[in-house]
Formats: sequence, structure tokens, C-alpha cells
Amino acid sequence: MLKGKNLIEPLDFTTEELEKLFVLSNKIMDKPLDFSECCKGDILATLFYEPSTRTRFSFETAMLRLGGQVIGFSGENASSAAKGESIADTLKAIGCYADIAVIRHPKEGSALVASKNAGIPVINGGDGGHQHPTQTLTDLLTIKREKGRLANLRVGFCGDLLFGRTVHSLIRALSRYEGIEFILISPEELKVPEFVRNDILRGKDCKYCEVTDMLDVLPQLDILYMTRVQRERFFNEEDYIRLKDSYILDEEKMLLAPKDMIVMHPLPRVNEISVEVDTDPRAKYFVQVKNGMYVRMALIMSLLGKK
Amino acid sequence: MEVNSIENGIVIDHIRAGLGRKILSYMNIESGDTVALIMNATSKKHARKDIIKIENIREFDLAALAVLDHTATVNVIKQGKIVEKINLDLPEKVVDVLRCKNPRCVTSVEPAIPQIFHLVSPETVEYRCEYCDEIIKP
Ligand SMILES: [Zn+2]
Repeated sequence: MLKGKNLIEPLDFTTEELEKLFVLSNKIMDKPLDFSECCKGDILATLFYEPSTRTRFSFETAMLRLGGQVIGFSGENASSAAKGESIADTLKAIGCYADIAVIRHPKEGSALVASKNAGIPVINGGDGGHQHPTQTLTDLLTIKREKGRLANLRVGFCGDLLFGRTVHSLIRALSRYEGIEFILISPEELKVPEFVRNDILRGKDCKYCEVTDMLDVLPQLDILYMTRVQRERFFNEEDYIRLKDSYILDEEKMLLAPKDMIVMHPLPRVNEISVEVDTDPRAKYFVQVKNGMYVRMALIMSLLGKK
Repeated sequence: MEVNSIENGIVIDHIRAGLGRKILSYMNIESGDTVALIMNATSKKHARKDIIKIENIREFDLAALAVLDHTATVNVIKQGKIVEKINLDLPEKVVDVLRCKNPRCVTSVEPAIPQIFHLVSPETVEYRCEYCDEIIKP
């Protein structure tokens, strides 16, 4: 039972609870109209202390498609909305107006503070560089739908694996399933941080390898999860120019990939996936966006205890 | 310097010099307790050490002591003799003893929330901030 719970970090839910959430997501996708009045009379508060249009739209459309309503603030007007008030106090008040809340805030741990004070279910919509659990749910649902399973997969992560929060969360979430093998593809400078290697990969005895060249491993992958390699992460321009093309996915590289491999990306992309790949049936990053909305619908319903 | 030895009470010895005052502040001292804090005493074990002596036998809050200086020794004295040595167990959870040093942590902006840390590893004495997961060694 997820009713009344919060979602602050990706591992707050057991794999069984996630499974139920994914079953519900699939049901909603099959017959969305059957759910269009599920949350009639309920209000979702979206508290975006920093702007993130995509995440906010995903939550708001999710609630509207369930027949519920939305209040909230975002970005520039956040400071006037909160008027220097503490997160704890703001959430105590919001808990009186709304039935469920999403918070996005630049400070790490802000969503936990919110959940301890709101008295209603709170969903973490991103707390700085710390956690973004609904992105992880979206990724897992996409893998489950596209590959039919969450176990026995060879998953390649490519790009900036040092700073990529999305990557760390997904590695941690996948490490709970059987037979996952991680192929970590990145320049030396952007390999996964020590805590990922020690706590997750070695700690849980996962199969993994770290490589610098995408071409060598592409033919073996079930999933390729791409992330952006940002210029500002490099110490000098030469290194960036030398490396950037090796981490760009184009149709030529896609020729090497298995027919049933899928390509994922948390979006927004810059140039790490060429636009020509978009029409390749293996490209699933826009499917991810859609899955993200449906998994948020299932999440809102479950936390509110709707059937 | 001479400080009277105590008849009945506890003596916390071998505290790292400079930590005595802070540890004492967490021990939940009552007005009836006679307390001696000796700072910068000479010691064989450390170059300098602090010592706390309290004339009273009852439960003291030793969680902060365990976290801040788990190599200190705690002896219970009855009728002038050591009758028990208390082992310092690292508490699983400590509230408002340690402070999070991560500038991106919500505790840096949110007033009036407790600073909560959880024990990660007793071997290395590492604690994790409940909010931001930052690991610190007290
Ligand atoms: Zn912290």
C-alpha cells in the first residue's frame, strides 16, 4: 500500500511496490479515459522554488488527466510566494489547502523537510543535485515496457557519469534486480564517482566494466542510456574537442547496435544524440517523456489511495 | 594542578584536549551535580587531555561523548574506587550534536530543523546527514 506515503528517494518503494505502480501505469496507458475522473475534487500543489518547466508540466498534466486540479508557484514568483518563509512553514500551510504536493528546491534534503511537515503525501520533484525519483520511475517503466523485464539486462551508460545524478539513481535502482550488467562508457575524467563504484557496484556485487570507447561495446548492449558531456566539465578545450565526438550517437554508430537495443536519454539533449537518430525505431527518449506522465498519474493515484 | 578525587560519581578521562567543554554541554548536567572540568591536563597517552569529573551516580547522556571522542574512558567511582568501566557505543542516530558541512544542504538555509545524523560505519566512525547524505567523520 502506497497510500499516504511520500516519494523522496528512488529506493523509498520496494520492488514489489514499483511493480504495482508499473502495472497501474500500463492500465492507465491502455485506457486513459477510464481514469479521467479518478482524482476529481483533489488538488495537487506544485511548489517549484526553481523553474523546471518539463517536470512541472509532467506533474500538472498528470493531475489534470486524472480529473484533479492544480495550484502552485514556479521560479521567479517563488520567492514572493514564500516571502522568506521556511520550507517547514510553507508546507504546513500547503497541507491545509491541497491533498498532495510536489516540491522542487535547489537545496539537498528540502523534499524530506517538506514531507515531515506537510501532513499530506509529498513527492520530490528534484532537490538540487541530490535526488529526482520520478525520473528514475520513468526510466524503469520505459525499460520494463520496451524490454519486457527489469532483470537480466546489459545496460550501457554513456557520457558524463561523474556528475549525472540520473545515472547514479538508475544504477542504484537497477542494482536491486537480478542479472543486471553495467557497461560504463565515459572519458577518464568523467567516470562514475567512488561512492557509486564502492557502495553500489562492488557493494552489491554487480557485474560491471568501465570503458572509454562506445564502439567496442555497442554490439553487446540491451539498453544505451545517453547523457550529455558538457564543455565546462573539462579542464581544457583541447580535451573537450578531442573527446566530444566519441560520445555523440549518430546513425553510423547505430549500425553497430543490436536491432532490439533501445536508446534512452533523460532530456533535454544538446548534441549528444544526432537528430537523425530520432526516427530510428530504437530511439525511446520521447517515449520516455510520455511514460513519465503516465507513471506520475499512477504515482498520484497510489499516494492518494485511489483505485 | 590538584583537583579532589571523587567519592561517588563518574570520571571521563583521556578526552582529546579542547573537547571537554563541548562534551559536557551535551551531558544533560543537573543543578545538583558537582562538576569539575579539567582542561589541558598533562597525560602519558596524549600530549594534553581534558578530564570531566561529576560527583553523582546516575544516567548521563554519553551519546555525544561517544560520537565526538570515542577513545575517551569512562569510569564509575563508588567509595573512592573504580567499580565499572563504561564502554562507549557509537549511537545509531544523533540529533543536534554534529553539523552538516555541505553548503548545498537544506540545513544551511532552513532554520529550526534538527541536525540528524545516522551511523554508517562503526569501524571508520562515519555519520551520514539525514537530509543530504553527506558523510562526515566527527
Ligand atoms: Zn546535510
